[in-house]
Amino acid sequence: MTEGTTKSEGVITRVAGPLVVANGLAGTKIFDMVRVGLLRLLGEVIEIRGANYSIQVYEETEGIGPGQPVYPSGEPLSVELGPGLIGAIFDGIQRPLDVINARMGPYIVKGAGYPPLSRDKKWHFQPTAKEGDRVAPGDVLGTVRESPLVEHRVMVPLGVEGELTYIEEKEATLEEVIARIAGRGEPAGLPYEVTLLQRWPVRQPRPTHKKLPPDEPLVTGQRILDTLFPVVKGGTACVPGPFGSGKTVIQQQLAKWADADIIVYVGCGERGNEMADVLLSFPELKDPRSGRPLMERTVLVANTSNMPVAAREASIFTGITIAEYYRDMGYHVALMADSTSRWAEAMREISGRLEEMPGEEGFPPYLGSRLATFYERAGSILCLGSEGRKGTLSVIGSVSPPGGDLSEPVTQATLRVVKVFWSLDDRLASQRHFPAVNWLTSYSLYQPVVDEYAGKRIAAGWRENRREALRILQRESELEELVRLVGIEALSPEDRLIMEVARMIREDFLHQNAYHEVDTYTPMEKQYSLLEVVLRFYTQAQEALRRGIELDRLIDLPVREEIAKLRYIPVAQKEVFQRVVSQIDEGLSILEQRNRKQETGNREQG
Amino acid sequence: MTFREYLTVKDVFGIKDVFGPLMIVEGVEGVTYGELTEVRLPTGDIRRGRVLEISDSAVLVQVFEGTLGIGRDNVRVRFLGKGQEIQVSRDMLGRVFDGEGRVADGGPPLIPEKRLNINGSPINPCARDYPNEFIQTGISTIDGLNTLVRGQKLPIFSGAGLPHARLAAQIARQARLLSTGQEQVSSGTDAFAVVFAAMGITFEEADYFISEFRRTGAMERAVVFVNLAEDPPIERLAVPRMALTAAEYLAFELDMHVLVILTDMTNYSEALREVSAARREVPGRRGYPGYLYTDLATIYERAGRLKGKKGSITQIPILTMPEDDKTHPVPDLTGYITEGQLILSRTLYNQGVSPPVDILPSLSRLKDKGIGRGKTREDHADVSNQLYAAYARGKNAKELAVILGEGALSPADRLYVEFSERFDKEFVQQGEGENRGIEETLDIGWRLLSILPKKELKRVRPEYLDKYYKRGVEGI
Repeated sequence: MTEGTTKSEGVITRVAGPLVVANGLAGTKIFDMVRVGLLRLLGEVIEIRGANYSIQVYEETEGIGPGQPVYPSGEPLSVELGPGLIGAIFDGIQRPLDVINARMGPYIVKGAGYPPLSRDKKWHFQPTAKEGDRVAPGDVLGTVRESPLVEHRVMVPLGVEGELTYIEEKEATLEEVIARIAGRGEPAGLPYEVTLLQRWPVRQPRPTHKKLPPDEPLVTGQRILDTLFPVVKGGTACVPGPFGSGKTVIQQQLAKWADADIIVYVGCGERGNEMADVLLSFPELKDPRSGRPLMERTVLVANTSNMPVAAREASIFTGITIAEYYRDMGYHVALMADSTSRWAEAMREISGRLEEMPGEEGFPPYLGSRLATFYERAGSILCLGSEGRKGTLSVIGSVSPPGGDLSEPVTQATLRVVKVFWSLDDRLASQRHFPAVNWLTSYSLYQPVVDEYAGKRIAAGWRENRREALRILQRESELEELVRLVGIEALSPEDRLIMEVARMIREDFLHQNAYHEVDTYTPMEKQYSLLEVVLRFYTQAQEALRRGIELDRLIDLPVREEIAKLRYIPVAQKEVFQRVVSQIDEGLSILEQRNRKQETGNREQG
Repeated sequence: MTFREYLTVKDVFGIKDVFGPLMIVEGVEGVTYGELTEVRLPTGDIRRGRVLEISDSAVLVQVFEGTLGIGRDNVRVRFLGKGQEIQVSRDMLGRVFDGEGRVADGGPPLIPEKRLNINGSPINPCARDYPNEFIQTGISTIDGLNTLVRGQKLPIFSGAGLPHARLAAQIARQARLLSTGQEQVSSGTDAFAVVFAAMGITFEEADYFISEFRRTGAMERAVVFVNLAEDPPIERLAVPRMALTAAEYLAFELDMHVLVILTDMTNYSEALREVSAARREVPGRRGYPGYLYTDLATIYERAGRLKGKKGSITQIPILTMPEDDKTHPVPDLTGYITEGQLILSRTLYNQGVSPPVDILPSLSRLKDKGIGRGKTREDHADVSNQLYAAYARGKNAKELAVILGEGALSPADRLYVEFSERFDKEFVQQGEGENRGIEETLDIGWRLLSILPKKELKRVRPEYLDKYYKRGVEGI
């Protein structure tokens, strides 16, 4: 951070945990970055009252006291954008954790200041524009191969427009000039010098040409999500659930398998070991489409629960600004925030120290609007620039409601803005039914969009099958009530068949093992075939019942074991699915023949 | 006192307010946040405290041993210019300390090798090594279903009157790495240590642990910090931090595998609430401060393994759930931070099942990385999933049978009921001295699963089903 010299230095008057009050900071604006105390800790001005400037400090404030200086920077909290983001891990204020680890050891010590992106590394810049071109904000000047999976597109920054007077293919560091644009530099009249490195203030959404309605599913490979409660590219979803219900596993599954070009994973106030897991496993895991390590398309922001609380508040903004930057290049970006509740709690803590009037459960009254501004930064957009690139940013936030009570403020405020609700269920989790998404209470407002897409691309029967599956599950829950009162024997064979088929849908389709090499990811085609097989069994069995075949015979059909095994069959082996379908038909026709023989036998006897 | 320390020390006499465990000191400059203070009473007594907030010249101090006897002009307050520290050395092993970190076993004073700030620093997520080494506790419900791994934090959620102390002691006694061939006794027994921190528990409970450690010879590998129910509550806020600082020293500087037992975290949280209430902060749920989550995280997150270091810190915090309610803020927030939880059930205990681990709500999040081929046994994950699913179904069916009678159950459900009943008696139930190997635990699992027909066992891969189904059945 460059420190301005024109603003006056302040003096600390009060310290209360992460909140520091200083005066004498004339010239400093709200949300400006400052350096606090003799330790020069990073902080941000969050309130100005008269001469008193309230500063939230992003590091532990032990050792800071009144009388110590505050150094203004004159700039708002910003992130560095440029090649080198992919594969990196940052804390909530974009400090490079891997560099800190290498230079300072296993603990995060105070005042560690390293630039987020390496200044030494050289990147090969390949121009796509040429000298003499007229360029405008968002236009792509050239590209850098950032990772084998990601081509970094260097764009003209906002507010810069004019003729390209210089551009050159070269090996450049982040700070070297790669292009010049006439007449837009400082002081006025000098050319603007473009480098690979740009900055953007985190609290300000990056501008777009316009927002577009979403039209394509974000395929996650998770059957209950894609088939029953899909999310779209550019959409928003939330995953609330009590502890132990598998929020983090779902988020990590999405980070692994979602068909986005770029994944930004924000570990906000969660466990250190979980981040370690991501860090250690992502370089090993392969992207199902490209076969390359997942780390080559991933940016990690980690502010674990024991790291300073103010930086946790910033981590969400840091993450989403990086995500928007790649979206502006025309990529499909997905951001996972785990967990937004910890973010809200960080806001509550700071708000409490500011002695603001509390809203519900001590959360600040602006909780709802902050959550909304965060989720509203998602979307499918037409990027700035003349070529009409399309980019999407999907946001999936987990919520950790205290005691699993969904009526609490963070869940409720989230539900008002997101379009998909994956409700995690304690009861399912304790039966080890994962993903523990409750199929009766969850919803997705994107179903029509995905139905249309899948109807065209996957199979015409997509929508019907999904509706049928949900109908059977709904019916099962009603029948369960009944069984609890009168026992299973009291049900009609038709209803008992529904119970059996619902169980098949639950156990053979919805239940998915994240740790099984094949089961962990199911492409949409296979999801369709799997459900199709189960439903085919259902229609055939219904038919058989009508012809007088006993239910128990149907239930005992050996083909049911084959159906249960299908989820473990790799997609390539399509013939297995066909074989099982014909086995269903065969099994039933054998039963029918036997039945007919018996009937004729009975008739002859009679 | 070193010369440098002498320079930073500031003495004051003027106290403005005293309320609850807090006091406000005026007329002092150059004090910093988090600084340690000493309060000298006319009796010669010295109490210690910590700076919680400073504005201009007024300093808010939290006094650990309570404010009894402190008046506006009878004490002298000294600001020590540094945070709270603890002396550490290899000789801590085998010793007992009080809630202030002073020797409390009547033995000679400790000769420190180092002084460390008890608040520590957050571990860089990049420096963490993922916990994946199976610890065999010899307890089936843990090893088989909620596997503990080195570097994990796995709390016991208990209730008043339940045997959590005995369970924790049994874990401490039996825990060992499964010898995988390469690493048999090479790390040696001396590489293992227990750090025990008592917060506000009764003398009897603390004494149970200490005499248990003495009886089994574990005491010479143990470091004990004791703050009893009668000791000053505010002191409790420092106890787990001292214990963990000692643990970090043993683990990451002396290469030991440290098991940290913290009991009882509910008492700790109440002390935190007391300070928060005295400061008139906006309360969160049930009067606990809004930062309870963050505060607990700074304790629990100090478990783990570091890349390039041999040692590890495994935490077993114990907490009592008021009214056995796991949605109470303390267990709730703990569950959100720790990597799973073991929940004890009063119903099981009353049925004579001990240790009464209720497996359905219990969970070990790190289980999957610590089990399987080469670690425990290839079928472990599948067996564990299947046992869970079958037990849950058995419990459901049993509830049904209570309303409608056994007759209303389908034949399959009747088998599930039998399964869940025998599961409680044969798998969950085990003696305090019974140390089961992991093979034994899994075989008991298979013996019970063999009650059910093969086609019901959908969570098990077919090849394991063929290999292990009906194993161990002869013998019943």
